[in-house]
Amino acid sequence: MTGNEVVAWAALAAGADIMYGYPITPQNEIMHYWTRMAPKYERGFLQTEDEISAGFATVGGVLAGKRAFTATAGPGNILMQEAMAMAEMMRLPTVVVVTQRGGPSTATVIYSQQELNLTCFGGNGEGLRIVYSPSSHDELFLYTIKAFNSAWKYRFPTFVLGDGYQSKMREPVTIFDPEARGITMEPCRPMVGLSGLPGEERDPAHLRNTYNLEDELYEVLMTAIKEYEAIAPQVVEWDTYAVDDAELLIIAHGVVSRAARAAVVSLRERGFKAGYFRPVTLKPFPAETLRPLAARARNLLVVESAYGQLKRQVQAGLYGLETPVTGYLRPGMGITPEEIVEFVHAKELI
Amino acid sequence: MDFNLKIALAGEGGQGVQSVAEIITEAAYQAGFQALYIPNFGVEQRGGVSVAFVQISREPVSAPKFTTGDIVVALSHRAVERVRQYVGEKTLLVYEVGLEDDVLQVYGERQRRLAVPALAIAQEEMHPRVFNVIILGVLVGVTGFLEHRDVEQALERQFGHKFAQDPDLRELNYRALDRGYEIGSGKREVGNGR
Amino acid sequence: MAIAAQPQMPRVWRAETKPHKFCPGCGHGIVLKALGEAIDALDIQERTIFGCDIGCSLLSWDFFNLDTVQTHHGRTTPVLVGIKRARPELVVVSYMGDGGAYAIGAQHLVSSASRNDLVTIIVVNNTVYAMTGGQMAPTTLPGQKTETTPYGRDARLTGRPILGPELVAAIAPPGAYVARGSIANIVQLKNFIQKGLQNQLEGRGIAFIEALSSCPTNWHTNAAATWGFVEKEMTAYFPVGELRTPEEGPSGRFQEVPARGFQS
Repeated sequence: MTGNEVVAWAALAAGADIMYGYPITPQNEIMHYWTRMAPKYERGFLQTEDEISAGFATVGGVLAGKRAFTATAGPGNILMQEAMAMAEMMRLPTVVVVTQRGGPSTATVIYSQQELNLTCFGGNGEGLRIVYSPSSHDELFLYTIKAFNSAWKYRFPTFVLGDGYQSKMREPVTIFDPEARGITMEPCRPMVGLSGLPGEERDPAHLRNTYNLEDELYEVLMTAIKEYEAIAPQVVEWDTYAVDDAELLIIAHGVVSRAARAAVVSLRERGFKAGYFRPVTLKPFPAETLRPLAARARNLLVVESAYGQLKRQVQAGLYGLETPVTGYLRPGMGITPEEIVEFVHAKELI
Repeated sequence: MDFNLKIALAGEGGQGVQSVAEIITEAAYQAGFQALYIPNFGVEQRGGVSVAFVQISREPVSAPKFTTGDIVVALSHRAVERVRQYVGEKTLLVYEVGLEDDVLQVYGERQRRLAVPALAIAQEEMHPRVFNVIILGVLVGVTGFLEHRDVEQALERQFGHKFAQDPDLRELNYRALDRGYEIGSGKREVGNGR
Repeated sequence: MAIAAQPQMPRVWRAETKPHKFCPGCGHGIVLKALGEAIDALDIQERTIFGCDIGCSLLSWDFFNLDTVQTHHGRTTPVLVGIKRARPELVVVSYMGDGGAYAIGAQHLVSSASRNDLVTIIVVNNTVYAMTGGQMAPTTLPGQKTETTPYGRDARLTGRPILGPELVAAIAPPGAYVARGSIANIVQLKNFIQKGLQNQLEGRGIAFIEALSSCPTNWHTNAAATWGFVEKEMTAYFPVGELRTPEEGPSGRFQEVPARGFQS
């Protein structure tokens, strides 16, 4: 099935209660599949008037204690940020699937990895978000389910950062019931609409995202930041291949990581000591794991379908290290293993 | 190197390019291969050349698109030019025989190629609607890695509901498949042991 | 001796970008022809700025020999208002679909109508989000099947079709021109559009014209069914005609507010 269909099934399997959405290519089919399946499983759907509304309606859904989610891309992702900033501030377990397309502005409807900045840091805050970057249909399925669990367990807005290629391509996938794999879905708790008479049987929920003085804000933020840093080790995920003696470390995320891995295999077959590192969570970014590997290598090569969005995160995480970082940066373009290998040799990185 | 087949197909909307790609991908998957298919499209989703990319191998496919195809299929005048970036020295260019002049002009005499009289066969021996199934047969014949059964089953999955309404359609499609297969297997050089 | 007649295309059409990119049976070609004829009749080609939205309307970005800007979804009107306020001598045309105008762009419509912005807005209403594959739109009819209403639009859950011209007619101050035409009557449509441009030229107020249009690709209809839908089913919900002319004010209570304490 296509990636969009996989996401719809994953949301279903995760017990998502309601989807809010607005048409934008290349995620439309998530809505198409959801609207066909939802009534049969008594799930809800509303097509809103735009992505601002879809984002805020999703915020509403989670406030009400339901597994609400939405999906968007490109210019829609930009509009989504206002609601996501509110979710960051108020610690709301929103789940958003982003299917990256070319940018900026309308650009292409096809593919890119250019929404890393936006998805990781798009609000007017510190980017306290969880962002998963799947690279296959099996992962799209798994991480959509995980996104709901991470969101509700840790209460930071959570994102599944896919792309237009994964959305539209067909490849084999195994669909499963989370319970069958020992995954227990994190329970949901409402923040409004609690039982009992407010003011008499219980305190009313007075939720706000506004503060009066600098000190108040600072305290709220630092609490959230400390919590984020504390849970980061539990949330962070990465993958490596052939890194023990790697002289060249190739770093990529999402679908491009498949090409990076294949490039490493190809280089190894010809005797070159290449290794591959893949952040699976872009937030929290696995800098601590990457540092010792990067320190041992002679060269780092960041490969992405953007112009430095991943590279910047890598460099920020490795600050102080002397290993040179090169980028194979192809905004909006697909990347094949062959071109990575060619670049490695052309730049004499190994 | 392990079995790794890259096929690009291009034609006008309505020629059934995506169908052929989906069926061969499905057939490969059912036969136990790793198969990945992706369509190509732009903002102007209507009215552009329809392009499909198929990759089949034993290992999971490493990138949805590729730079050079092992087999590239061009079914319309615009498609001949459109697929240029995917055609390399070793690529087998498969095309509708009516495009011979275009192909020679763009790719030259030395390009490995296979002209298929799919239009004539469809119109004179069968029915215009199975044009793309003939092409499907050619691909199955040329590559030789799929059993007839796998493809027939995939055809069934794609068009089964239409066959149910009109059983003659099934027979027609199978004939088109066989006819294409004949043409393709005569040219078989790629597909195995690459 | 029979002479094959070439259909007469508006002067303002750009020949180099024809044939156009719209689907066979699409109403955009007809609406754009009406617009082209109106621009020709008023002889305003040199100072007309054409703006188009996201969706199928964006395919008109190179359609005319007019300076054109393709904007973001629903933002065409504000961009053109920005141009008009900065350069009032230009004539600005905002060309959108029903999604851009009535969903994501609704707030801008309300604001421009209230301000009586000197812009001529043309909304092509085909009841679906066509470019993205046929999802429900603000003007989808109750019971109509779309990709996000696969079982038919349920008005109880998703509301009734939005009546855009009626909304603008109700809130725009005197001087506004509001009409709804259809591709089924191109002479009338061209008339409405021309009056709409005239309204801007004479500085009277906002001009808003909705055009009932077709999308056989996403309706999955043949020619007969397509015309049937436009001419019968759509007009049952969306009445064709002029709703406001510049002499009238909006219906219901409308009080002219005297300016107080401001020096003119």
